[in-house]
Amino acid sequence: MSKKVVVLAETRDNSLRNVSFEAIGAAKTISEGGEVVVALFGSDVSAVADELFEYGADRVVIVEHPHLKYYTADGYNQAFLAVVEQENPDAIVFGHTALGKDLSPKVASRLDTGLISDVTSIEGSGDSAEFIRPIYSGKAFERVVSDSKPLFITVRPNNIAPLDQQVGKGGSTEKLTVDITNLRTIVENVVRKATDGVDLSEAKVVVAGGRGVKSSEGFEPLHELAKLLGGAVGASRGACDADYCDYSLQIGQTGKVVTPDLYIAAGISGAIQHLAGMSNSKIIVAINKDPEANIFKVADYGIVGDLFDVVPLLIEEIKALKINA
Amino acid sequence: MNIYVLVKRTFDTEEKIVISGGSIQEDGAEFIINPYDEYAIEEAIKVRDSAGGEVTVITIGNDESEKQLRTALAMGADKAVLINAEEDVEALDQFSVAKILSEYLKDKEVDLIFGGNVAIDGGSGQVGPRLAELLGINYVTTITSFELSGTDVKIVRDVEGDSEELTTSLPLLVTAQQGLNEPRYPSLPGIMKAKKKPLEELELDDLDLDEDDVEPKIKTVEVFLTAEKQAGRVLEGEIAEQAKELISLLHSEAKVI
Repeated sequence: MSKKVVVLAETRDNSLRNVSFEAIGAAKTISEGGEVVVALFGSDVSAVADELFEYGADRVVIVEHPHLKYYTADGYNQAFLAVVEQENPDAIVFGHTALGKDLSPKVASRLDTGLISDVTSIEGSGDSAEFIRPIYSGKAFERVVSDSKPLFITVRPNNIAPLDQQVGKGGSTEKLTVDITNLRTIVENVVRKATDGVDLSEAKVVVAGGRGVKSSEGFEPLHELAKLLGGAVGASRGACDADYCDYSLQIGQTGKVVTPDLYIAAGISGAIQHLAGMSNSKIIVAINKDPEANIFKVADYGIVGDLFDVVPLLIEEIKALKINA
Repeated sequence: MNIYVLVKRTFDTEEKIVISGGSIQEDGAEFIINPYDEYAIEEAIKVRDSAGGEVTVITIGNDESEKQLRTALAMGADKAVLINAEEDVEALDQFSVAKILSEYLKDKEVDLIFGGNVAIDGGSGQVGPRLAELLGINYVTTITSFELSGTDVKIVRDVEGDSEELTTSLPLLVTAQQGLNEPRYPSLPGIMKAKKKPLEELELDDLDLDEDDVEPKIKTVEVFLTAEKQAGRVLEGEIAEQAKELISLLHSEAKVI
């Protein structure tokens, strides 16, 4: 039976995040030919609605309000519940992002429904859909179903394919007026620390450094390599504990779990708690002086050598490749 | 100031996961306090030490969970509550856990609740926000800094690497992110004292809950491991040649750059 699915879109710097297109892809699978309605919130976001249609949205519901300029759980919850009330969806899909993680449990609790967080793939479709999600930070997986209505999932960035973009495909946009009141949290300021402008959890390429990087300056070549590849820089717990970098870069069972297309581990030994955070990456490259380092056991390609010799050479080779292309 | 801390007993991060008979083997595994909950305990103790009051650690678990609660008491928490649901229900989901906690807390005077932002086993991060919603109080997740003055709270929260500076007020639930503090180790006198600190054990009956009230809304039908990744190719030759070969492989074979 075809279903109506509501997706919450997310923007960053006034453009849509990739995970929103992936969420629409997931919604299409769940809807089985039903309708995919995308909710879009902000203080001035209408301009990006067209792109949502190109990735498969059937309809876009926009809620604009000065209080929605910054995300707050109270503000977004009020806006989203108004959309749910209007649409009465069979299913809801959010991205498993900072915003999605923060908001989805509140909405699920309010709707008295279950929530399947951090879904990495969907098997089957419609009523028979089953959801795969990592547990123990990716050391194992579970297959989960929900009996409660509406079905509610969050999808991990970079795992579920978006639909092919259909340039020029339009759809109907409507504005919903919601009174956003009583915000209990006030956002005073946002300090941008995320390096290179690419979010670690969504990055297609991650260049990560470990104790072998030796200092915060040692991260510079890794930043250069990441920038060249349009990726983000990450780190092992060892590097964070040694104060070479901020904890927000930590990848592992404590820290972030990433699944980029390409993961380059430089000077990382590969402790089990680090592997949990990255071993499901599609291609793994290990660079380490120690040929016995654990990281080589999960690497697709390995170079035994000093990262300070190898990384600059990689940077040169990539530049050469770009010129030839 | 009444401060509560939500604590979960989890596998040690160094443990490998073994599945037998369709479920995860727990025999012989080391268990710890969920690492993010340790930051929560530490922050709760610091707040109590400066603002006064009492820290109560709560867990939902089984007899084994007493060990983690005693550790929290040894760190400096004042009281512990163990809600043992094992005999009443087979499986709990995040809804069930939040529901049980809210039944326990609903008649209490709650000023502050600390929790970890996520448990490293289930990894959903739902319980904190769900509990706050059930109690009708505000919440802030993934915090890296917490400053209390009177009932006003200044918070810094980690948002995918960016820092959001927020203001809010009590009553409040917050979940801890790495970087919030450096959790203390229990001292020897702390460990001795912890043995005598009150630890209340409750079952669902004591909270006027029966099985149907906490029936999970989502169900795990299978747990499985993925095929272990095979070691790939370690390149050989001069370092410069290896670098050239690697970029060529990533470009034409793996097609990731």
